Amino acid sequence: MNARDIFKEGIWTNNSVFSQMLALCPAMAVTTTGTNGLGMGLASMAVLVCANVLVAMIRNFVSPQVRIPIFIVLIATLVTLVDLALNAWLHDLYKVLGLFIALIVVNCAILGRAESFASKSPVFYAALDGIAMGMGLTLALTVIGLVRELFGSGTLFAQASLLLGPSFAFLETTVIANFNGALLMVLPPGGFLVLGLLLAGKRVLDAKLERRRPASADFSNAEAA
Amino acid sequence: MSTLIDTWRAKLAYQGISLGIVAMFASAALVVGNQLTHDAILKAEADDLASSLAQVLPAGGNDNDMLADTVKVGAGGTAVAPPVTVYRARKAGAVTGVVFQRAERGYTTDIVVLMGVDTEGRLLGVRVIKHAETPGLGDKIEIAKAKWILDFNGKSLAEPAAAKWAVKKDGGVFDQFAGATITPRAVVKAVKGGLEFFAAHREEILQ
Repeated sequence: MNARDIFKEGIWTNNSVFSQMLALCPAMAVTTTGTNGLGMGLASMAVLVCANVLVAMIRNFVSPQVRIPIFIVLIATLVTLVDLALNAWLHDLYKVLGLFIALIVVNCAILGRAESFASKSPVFYAALDGIAMGMGLTLALTVIGLVRELFGSGTLFAQASLLLGPSFAFLETTVIANFNGALLMVLPPGGFLVLGLLLAGKRVLDAKLERRRPASADFSNAEAA
Repeated sequence: MSTLIDTWRAKLAYQGISLGIVAMFASAALVVGNQLTHDAILKAEADDLASSLAQVLPAGGNDNDMLADTVKVGAGGTAVAPPVTVYRARKAGAVTGVVFQRAERGYTTDIVVLMGVDTEGRLLGVRVIKHAETPGLGDKIEIAKAKWILDFNGKSLAEPAAAKWAVKKDGGVFDQFAGATITPRAVVKAVKGGLEFFAAHREEILQ
C-alpha cells in the first residue's frame, strides 16, 4: 500500500461512481449542473475524509458485530455538523446545496470506504484514501453535471461564483446562447443516460489502455478482471 | 494489550457499551455544534430576510428598520391559519409599503413567496423564497433562473381582473413554463391570495 496506488485507485481504477457503482443516488439527483456536482463532491469529500480518519482511529476498539451502527452514527453526526457549519458560515453556498447535504448520510460510498478500507488501515492512509476517493467522486459528479448542463441548458458551471466566490465567475460560460435545452437531460432520465454513456466510455478507454500495455505487465493487472 | 481487547470485543456488554459511548460522544458533538452555530445561523437568516425584504421593495423606498416594525395580522389565529407577520416600510414615518409571506402548495411542497405591496394594494415585487420544485422545470420561478417573477410588478386585484389572475393555460395573463404548469399556477394563486389578504386586513395593517 502506498500513496500513489491509493490515489490511482480512488480517482480512476476504483472510482466510486464509475467503477464501484456506489453513490449513484447523489450522482443522479444532484448533477443537474456542473456547479451542483462540484459542490456535492467537495462536501462529500469533507465528510469522507473525516469519517475515514475517525473510523481508522477507533478501528481496534470496535466489535465487528456493532461496527455498522457505530460507523453510521459517526457519519450522520459528521454530516449534521457539516450542515450546521455551512448554514452558519457559508450561508450562500448552503442555499445552493442545502437540500442535498443531508443526502450525504445515505451515500454508500462513505460507509463503503469506512467498512472496506478505513476500518483496516492506519489513520494516515485512511485520510489519504478519503481524499483520493473524494477526488474521484468529485470528478465523477462534476463531469456528469457538466455533460447534463451542456445539453440541458447550454451553459457550463452556471452560478459557480455562488459556490466558490466571485473570483471564480470566469468559470461560468454560456456555450450556446438562448438555448432552451434538451429538458430530458436535466430530468432524472438524463442522469441515467449520461452515466451509462460515461461508464461505457470509461470501459472503452480502459480496454484501449490495456491493449497498449506491454504483455509482460499483464499478470500484475488484477483489477481489470 | 491487543489480545485483551480482542477478548473484550467479543462480549455482548462491551458491544452495547461501546455503541452507547459512541452515541454519547456523537450527541455531545451535536450539542456543541448546535451551540457554536446557533447565533450565526440566526444572524444569517435575519440577513437573508432583510435582503429579501429589500428585493421586493423599490430601492430607497424606506428609511426604517423593517425587521423591527412589524404587525401581526389575524392575531389569535389558529394552527390552521396562524397570524401573519407583516413588515412595514416607512419613509419619514408614513407607511409606503408592506411585505409579508404567503405559501401555496406547489408540485412537491409548499412554495413560499415574499410579496411587497404598496398602500393601494399594488404589487411592488414578488420573490419565491422557498420551494422544492423540479430543477430545470419548476425552478424558473426563482429570480436567479428566470425573469418570470417580475411579471407581477405593478399588478393588483383590479388590474388584471379577478378572472385573469391565472396562467395562460387557464385563461389568465401569466405565462406557464414548458413542462411545468402546476408550479406557476401555485405562485399565481399564492400572490392573488396575498393581495386578497391585504385587501381584507388593509386597515389593520396600515394603522
